[in-house]
Amino acid sequence: MSTLTKQNLFEGFLETSFAGFESAREEGKTSFLNQGLPTLKSEEYKFTAITKKLEQSLQNVGAAKSFEVSEAEVKAAIPAGYEGAVLVFTNGFLQKERCLKVGSLEFSPLSEKTETPIGSIAKAAKDPFAALNQASFQDGIFIQIPKKAVIDEPILLLSFNKANEGQVIQPRTWIEVGDFSEVTFITLNVNLSEAPFFVNKVVEIKGGLNSQIRYYRIQNDGKFAIEVSNIETNLLKDSRFTSVNISLSGEMVRNNLSLNLLGSNSEGNMYGIYLLNGKSHVDNHTNVDHTIPHAESNELYKGILADQSRGVFNGKIFVRQDAQKTNAFQQNNNILLSENAIVNTKPQLEIWADDVKCSHGCTTGQLDEEALFYLQARGIDKTQAKGLLLFAFAGEVLEHIKNDSFREYCTQLVQERLGSKF
Amino acid sequence: MLTIKNLHASIEGTPILRGINLEVKAGEVHAIMGPNGSGKSTLASVLAGREEYEVTEGEVTFKGKDLLDLAPEDRAREGVFLAFQYPVEIPGVSSTNFLRTAINQVREYRGLEALDAVKFLTMMKEKMKLVEIDQKLLSRSLNEGFSGGEKKRNEIFQMAMLEPTLSILDETDSGLDIDALRIVSNGVNQLKSKDNATIVVTHYQRLLDYIVPDYVHVLYKGRIVKSGTKELALELEEKGYDWIKEAIDSEATV
Repeated sequence: MSTLTKQNLFEGFLETSFAGFESAREEGKTSFLNQGLPTLKSEEYKFTAITKKLEQSLQNVGAAKSFEVSEAEVKAAIPAGYEGAVLVFTNGFLQKERCLKVGSLEFSPLSEKTETPIGSIAKAAKDPFAALNQASFQDGIFIQIPKKAVIDEPILLLSFNKANEGQVIQPRTWIEVGDFSEVTFITLNVNLSEAPFFVNKVVEIKGGLNSQIRYYRIQNDGKFAIEVSNIETNLLKDSRFTSVNISLSGEMVRNNLSLNLLGSNSEGNMYGIYLLNGKSHVDNHTNVDHTIPHAESNELYKGILADQSRGVFNGKIFVRQDAQKTNAFQQNNNILLSENAIVNTKPQLEIWADDVKCSHGCTTGQLDEEALFYLQARGIDKTQAKGLLLFAFAGEVLEHIKNDSFREYCTQLVQERLGSKF
Repeated sequence: MLTIKNLHASIEGTPILRGINLEVKAGEVHAIMGPNGSGKSTLASVLAGREEYEVTEGEVTFKGKDLLDLAPEDRAREGVFLAFQYPVEIPGVSSTNFLRTAINQVREYRGLEALDAVKFLTMMKEKMKLVEIDQKLLSRSLNEGFSGGEKKRNEIFQMAMLEPTLSILDETDSGLDIDALRIVSNGVNQLKSKDNATIVVTHYQRLLDYIVPDYVHVLYKGRIVKSGTKELALELEEKGYDWIKEAIDSEATV
C-alpha cells in the first residue's frame, strides 16, 4: 500500500474498456489499485525506480496498437540457422498470417480464448505489474503442447514493438505443456521504436508430469525500452524447467522469474547473464519455491557492467517445511568494468525444512589484472585478452543453452559485445 | 640481443631496482641469483612489461628496439618470453584456444601466415613431447587445477610453442621435485640454440646443475653485485649469500 501520492499513472488507462476476461480483469484491477505502483520504499523495488522512470518517459499512457510487419522483416529477425516455428507479435498482438512453419502447433490468440485460467499461476496479488497486466492486457497467445510431444526444434516467439498511438504494450502468454512432452521456447524482440515504450509482460507456464521445458530469452531492446516481465512456472512431478536469460541492453528492465516446484523430483534451473553499458539498468528478481521433498533448483546469474550501467540481482529460495531433501544452489557473480557501474545483489534464503542442501554465494569484483597480464605476456592484444577473459566469465551461462544453433547465435552476440564495446 | 643500462624501477614509490647493467648475447645462458627480496623477480617482471612497476631511470634495448616503450604483448611478439613464477589459473579459457590465439597473433606481428588447425595440432603434439605434457591437460582450462609441476611444465610448453629469442625463467625451479625439474630443464636445454638466449632467475643453485649457465650474476639490493661463471653458483651453494651481503653492506657503511 504505497499509494498515498497521486493516484497513479495508469488510473485513467484502466478506465478504458478491455475486451473479454471480465472477472479476471476485475480481479487484476482491484489488486493493482490495492498495491499501487511501487516506490523506492517498496522492498521488492528498492533498487529499481520503475515508477519514476515510467512517469518521466511515458507521455501517452495508452495501449499501443497492433501494426503490420512484412514477411521480409520477420525473416530478417530470425537468428541464422534457426529452423523451427516462428510466432510473430506486434505490440503484443499475435500476427497469425505472419507466423512461419507452425505445422500442427496448437495455438491461438489469447483474445479468442475467453476461458483460460490466466492469473492462476502468476497471481495478481504478488506483483503490481502482474496485476496491471491482468487488468488490461490486450492480446497474447495460448499455446498447448499435447502429451508425449517431443518438439526438437525450438519455438520462436518473435515480438516487434513500437510506440504508436500509445506507449503501453502488454502481452500475455499462457503455455500448457502436456505430460512427458519436451519443448524449447526462444523469445526475441525487435524494437522499431524511436520513442520510449513500456512492455509489461506476463508469461504463465504450466508444465505437465515429467515434462522438459526450456525457455531462452534475449533482451536487447535499446535505450527506449522499459520492461517489466513476470514469468512464472508450475512444475509437477519429475518435470524440469530451464530458463536462460541474456540481457544486453534496455533503459530499465525488471525481470521477475518464479518457479514453483510442486511435485517431487522436479528440477528448476535459472541461468542468466547481463552485459550492460551506457546507462542500462537490468534487475533480475528470481524466486524458487520448494514445496515438496526431493526437488532441486540451480541458479547462476553473471553480470558484466561498464559505464554507468546498473545491475540488480535478488534471488529468493523458499524451502517449505515439507520440502525435505531439497537441493538448492544459487550463485551470482559480477565484474564491474567502471567506477560508475553499480551492482546490488542479494541472496535471500528462507528455509523451514531441516534436511536440505542449500548454498548461495555472490561476488563482485574487477577484471583479474594478473590474468590479463598473463595473456598479454603471451602476445595477445590487450583488448582481445580482455574479451577472452570476460567471455570465459560469462560463457559458463551459455553452456546451458542446449540448442546448438541458438547457443552459437548467443555466443556470437556476447562475443561481439565483449570484444568491442567494453 | 639485450642490453640493460642503469635500470631503476620502483613499485608504489619504493625503489626495487637501483641501477642494473647487463648484456646478454645470442646463444648465452645467464643466471640471476640472489637472496629473497633482492629484486630478481622484479627484473623479470619489468622486462616482460608488468604495469605495476615504474621504470624511473635507465634503458633496455632488445634487438635494437627500446623494449620499455613496447606494450607487454608487443614484447612477446618481438620474442621476449617470461615463464611465470606463479602461472595464472584462468577458468573458462582452454589452453589450446589460448595458445592458438597467442601464436597466431605473434605470427601476424612477425608477418607470418596464421597456422590452421591441422598445422597447429601437429606443432602442439611435437612440442608436448618436449616437456612430457599430457594432451588431457591441454584440453582443460588454462592452468586450472594443475599441480605446481604441471603449471611449470605448461610454461615451458608455451615457450616451446612461441619460439622466443629471449626466455626469462622466473623461479621456474621452485617447488619442483627432482623428476619435474629434470623434465623442465631438459625442455629448456633442447630449446637452446645459437640464436636465442635464456635468463634463468633462481634462488637455488640446484637448477644450474641441469641448465648450465655461461654467466652467473648475483643481485642484491637492486644491483648486480657480483658476476662470474657457473663456479660462482657453486660457491653460493656452499657458503650461502651472507658473505656477499656482508661484503656489500660493509662497503656501503665505509
